[in-house]
Amino acid sequence: MHDAVVMPGGIRAEPGMRVYNLKLGMWVFLASEVMFFTGLIGAYIILRFGAGEWALPGIPLEEGGTPLAIQLTAFNTFLLICSSVTMVKAFASIEHGDQRGLRLFLVATVLIGATFVGIQVYEYMVLAHEGFLPRCSDELAAIVPNCNLFGSTFYTMTGFHGTHVSLGVLCMIWVTVKAFRGKYTRENHGGVEVIGLYWHFVDLVWIMLFTIVYLI
Amino acid sequence: MATVEAAAVPLGHAHHEEMGFIRKYIFSTDHKIIGIQFLFTCLFFLAVGGLLAMLIRWQLGFPGQPIPGGGGLPDTMAPSGIMLPEFYNSLVTMHGTFMVFFAIMPLLVGVYANFLIPLKLGAPDMAFPRLNMMSYWTFVPAGILMLASLFVEGGASGAGWTVYAPLSAVPEYTGVSLGQQLWIVSIIFFAGSSLLGSVNYITTIINMRAPGMTLFRMPLSVWSLFVTAILALLAVPILAGAVIMLLFDQTIGTTFFLPEGGGQPLLWQHLFWFFGHPEVYILILPAMGIVSDVLANGSRKPIFGYHSMVFAIIAIAFLGWIVWGHHMFQSGMNPLLGTSFMISTMAIAVPSAIKVFNWLGTIWRGNIQFHTPMLNSIAFVAMFTIGGLSGIFMASNSVDIFIHDTYYIVAHIHYVLFGGSLFGIFAAIYFWYPKMFGRLMSERWGKIHFALTFTFYNLTFFPMHILGMGGHMRRIYDPNQYEFLQRFQGMNKFISISAFLLFASQIPFIVNFFWSLFRGKKSGMNPWRDNGLEWTIPSPAPHGNFEVTPTVYRGPYEFSSPEVEEDFLPQDLPLNGDRKPVRQQVPGD
Repeated sequence: MHDAVVMPGGIRAEPGMRVYNLKLGMWVFLASEVMFFTGLIGAYIILRFGAGEWALPGIPLEEGGTPLAIQLTAFNTFLLICSSVTMVKAFASIEHGDQRGLRLFLVATVLIGATFVGIQVYEYMVLAHEGFLPRCSDELAAIVPNCNLFGSTFYTMTGFHGTHVSLGVLCMIWVTVKAFRGKYTRENHGGVEVIGLYWHFVDLVWIMLFTIVYLI
Repeated sequence: MATVEAAAVPLGHAHHEEMGFIRKYIFSTDHKIIGIQFLFTCLFFLAVGGLLAMLIRWQLGFPGQPIPGGGGLPDTMAPSGIMLPEFYNSLVTMHGTFMVFFAIMPLLVGVYANFLIPLKLGAPDMAFPRLNMMSYWTFVPAGILMLASLFVEGGASGAGWTVYAPLSAVPEYTGVSLGQQLWIVSIIFFAGSSLLGSVNYITTIINMRAPGMTLFRMPLSVWSLFVTAILALLAVPILAGAVIMLLFDQTIGTTFFLPEGGGQPLLWQHLFWFFGHPEVYILILPAMGIVSDVLANGSRKPIFGYHSMVFAIIAIAFLGWIVWGHHMFQSGMNPLLGTSFMISTMAIAVPSAIKVFNWLGTIWRGNIQFHTPMLNSIAFVAMFTIGGLSGIFMASNSVDIFIHDTYYIVAHIHYVLFGGSLFGIFAAIYFWYPKMFGRLMSERWGKIHFALTFTFYNLTFFPMHILGMGGHMRRIYDPNQYEFLQRFQGMNKFISISAFLLFASQIPFIVNFFWSLFRGKKSGMNPWRDNGLEWTIPSPAPHGNFEVTPTVYRGPYEFSSPEVEEDFLPQDLPLNGDRKPVRQQVPGD
């Protein structure tokens, strides 16, 4: 049982979902983000299956295999999943009013997120050095099938994901600063929950991207 | 169960602190000011788009003759006033772009979603006022970039408003490089603005309704803006992704749409129209909602079939997602696939017809008031019906082979976009002008504007059907180069002269609009004797909207109710049988 303002006829007088605006707004925003990545991934699927031959994992590069470093990225994926765990721990801490836990786990999330971006930049640099770019070097184009398409789709999809992670890290730093100033309480910690939603979304997108770009 | 009367809670926002001019009118977070900012900006872009159309019509009506007053144009556009073919391509592109992205869509969504949603739902402001301000200030640079593209080296994009790749992706094909990139960057800004707006509208409508304002007591204008916001939320990011790929094809050497690198030109068409067809409904649904409000008011009758109207809006929006292929019948798609797109397209005629018949049912035997908003709304119904019917013709695969990319398409799009959306926008401007500025626009000049616009609009666009049936292409610099089109020269001239008169017919509107700002008749609270919550507060609506959050007892269309003496019954007026909301224990968490 709880208190509510009710209209005659049993209509709830304050219509709407019992979710605060910021959280609802984030869910709505994420719906839009889903469509954005759907566009990119959809284009990738159409181009890849329209192209016929594709550079697959498990085949050496010289024989037309994928130029991507799967093991490094698998480790990076693991890192990002870990950051989702620390995000959950941060949220759980503040739900119990644990300020120290909140700060600790937010800092951990920021650090892991930044490491993910760092490893991705390193991966890009290595790939670029090998000649794997949106427009491949001639040597690479000679051995990797549809190298240009691979490069175009790879850099666009992972690049936009990386941008999302970077923006997430920046917002997370802001939330962390607020946490160190004691702005979040057991009752009032919407900021932590909402940045968490975004973070989990970005994590989820990466798991899909890793699967379809690197693994299959 | 203990029940106590809920005290009317004065809202915290009702403070009247003085704000500087800049905070109040430039970087305002007040949804009404933002709506008015959008209104002025978009009317400017509407005029720009119209001016470009006049140049197009000059070339088609009087090909190869110097444009009157065109001597001032630079040699890259029209040396000694004679238009270059490349400039003609840019004109066609920019006319479509400005009208779709910077005039009609933001006039409906930017202006009226912002202005109406909180007022009609009894909310003090949007859910995220600062995001709302950012939405406007992202829109402005988008417009400036698009305008700037007209004046850069190589001119503006010449690939049509649909910027089909690879025509748009390879600068050598149209001779436009920087202009096309500015077009793309502008659209990215536009997408950001649209996203911020949509998030705001959806959150506000779901969460910020006044007590008693259930979903099925919302005015149809709010319903249509709600569904439109969902469409924009989900469709515009697809466009953003597509134009980003296009930009990469131009700049960093990707090959998404370039066959020489393994890319697919058709992919562009799929992505564009997957956005583009929901976009079509983004452009018409809000006008449908606005017209529903005005028709009920002008007929002094409840709207006919309220629930079916709501479900028709939802059905149109849903079907709008699965019909994009009908723009691509001639792209060589599998005929079986084409047939399924044909059937889903024709299915949209059902909810559309439900709406048209409901509007007729609303007017039927009403006590019709022929005020200017009502006249424009009736024109909407008539013109939308013509445009909708020609849409069914084109949806047919076999007919489309014949009329694809002809002036028949141009006639159709203008019957729904000008005859539909723009008449709806005119109705909305005349109807809510007093709530924006506290004064009424002149009725006499409003009617003169309507009569002239309606006449010359039909004289301009109806003959285009005939041109199209005769095989006149949609985008052609000089139709006289083909012998079979030379016989249409007289009709082209007639259309052009009508178009110039149509453009001139907007002068009474512009004068009326600005004259009424200062000299119009003071409107009072409720000049149209309407039921909506926005009419229960002073005009212009004050900062923070409502002194006390209103309580809603009924839907918005209770006109000529036998329960009251007046012929209207405001949504927040308690009758004898209506009890105040109470605070009580309810089951649940």
